[in-house]
Amino acid sequence: MTLLQHIGKYTLLINRAFARPEKPRMYYIQIIREMVALGINSIGIVAIISFFMGAVITIQTAYNTESPLFPSYLIGLAARDSIILEFSSTIVALILAGKVGSSIASEIGTMRVTEQIDALEIMGINSAGYLILPKIIALVIIAPFLTLLSMIIGVFGGWLAGVSAGVITTPEYIYGIRFAFIPYYITYSLIKSVVFAFIITTVSSYHGYYTNGGALEVGRSSTMAVVHSSVVILLFNLILTQLLLS
Amino acid sequence: MIEVRNLYKSFEDQDVLKDISVSFEQGKTNLIIGKSGSGKTVLLKCIVGLLEMDRGHIFYSGECFTEMSAKEKKKIRQKFGMLFQGAALFDSLSVEENVRFKLDMFTSSSHAEKTKRVNFCLEKVNLKDTNLLYPSELSGGMRKRVAIARAIVMNPRYLFCDEPNSGLDPQTAILIDQLIKDITEEFNMTTIVNTHDINSVMEMGEKVVYIHNGEKRWEGSNLEIIDAENKELHDFIFASGILRHLKKDEI
Repeated sequence: MTLLQHIGKYTLLINRAFARPEKPRMYYIQIIREMVALGINSIGIVAIISFFMGAVITIQTAYNTESPLFPSYLIGLAARDSIILEFSSTIVALILAGKVGSSIASEIGTMRVTEQIDALEIMGINSAGYLILPKIIALVIIAPFLTLLSMIIGVFGGWLAGVSAGVITTPEYIYGIRFAFIPYYITYSLIKSVVFAFIITTVSSYHGYYTNGGALEVGRSSTMAVVHSSVVILLFNLILTQLLLS
Repeated sequence: MIEVRNLYKSFEDQDVLKDISVSFEQGKTNLIIGKSGSGKTVLLKCIVGLLEMDRGHIFYSGECFTEMSAKEKKKIRQKFGMLFQGAALFDSLSVEENVRFKLDMFTSSSHAEKTKRVNFCLEKVNLKDTNLLYPSELSGGMRKRVAIARAIVMNPRYLFCDEPNSGLDPQTAILIDQLIKDITEEFNMTTIVNTHDINSVMEMGEKVVYIHNGEKRWEGSNLEIIDAENKELHDFIFASGILRHLKKDEI
């Protein structure tokens, strides 16, 4: 199948997913379930990664700017901007593509190969809408909160590591993270997180929905979902950066 | 009543169904039989619209399903009940939630009314007090019975069963067959069962359609099938040595 055919099939599937729900109340219940499964259950991994990411960025920046020409507070500034602009949105999205994307693709893929999707269709239910739309809405709502959480924990991790390693003092770090702060960077990062959440859920759902075969193919779909979500995230990261920061 | 007219279906270059015309009667258990790979499941999936056919027409009580819009098809499917080969229960939902699912989706009844209906259906399939169990906690036969309860919860007009007793022991298989037959008569449904199980043919084949290599080769009842003169059907029915001996003894 060519790339264009995949894009066409993906577009048709997403179009079906956004069709009018049979019973909106059932979708609300699903959205809440998905918010817990995809978002709340990802807080742990996001927190751990953000903490260590912030810590490493601070220490690396400190060792790379060891010069009397660079005031120490610039370490805090560099850590803050790296975390807000790139790491908390893009890296967290790539982590979520691995965790959430594979889970979505394998869940929907298993439902496909065990005829559960056929069962939904036979009941007169739009299976694409019922299975995919709640996941999109749930992650799009929860992803900005995960990004904000990642920023806070990342900056905290940077401070703890910087002070513990003796590369920066607390007043210098706090001065650095407040210095020349541009609030729009947070908006930019949150916009990216919303777009990335859409990419993760839709690309992974696409791979799961069109799984054909058995357990082996479910595993393959799951892998393809992670790979393709990651590639599309990186591509859209470039496009959004150009559009939003230029 | 369901009527199939001149149905053709192929996958790439391979013709799977060729010019199938048959009608399935209301209030009867209609069986589609044939060897593995003969096209039974494809025929059933074409009838319910899970697969697009190349040519032909399907009529549900005189209404042409093939020419219906997606919205009309969705509406008529609400009158369908289907039992899949592997039961296809929703793993994340309990037995009660599985059976209640369609009621939650399409009715505005109160929770108590829905629960009453669910319990009625579970009782029908002899699965009282299993409401809180999950599919992973059920045996193969129980899963099939939950699937039957789910299929009949909205009083369907059409019931489709794809190899309902595959993977079951002979006693449970007969129990499932009997259940399908009883439900069909009680609710006056048009039931189509896909099977290659000879016991099922003998137990409930009020109308039997034999498919061979994608073509309809014979149709009749379970009483007529023993004396059918079609060679392929004869070989299919009397594949077992014991049955052949029994027939010889009878003669």
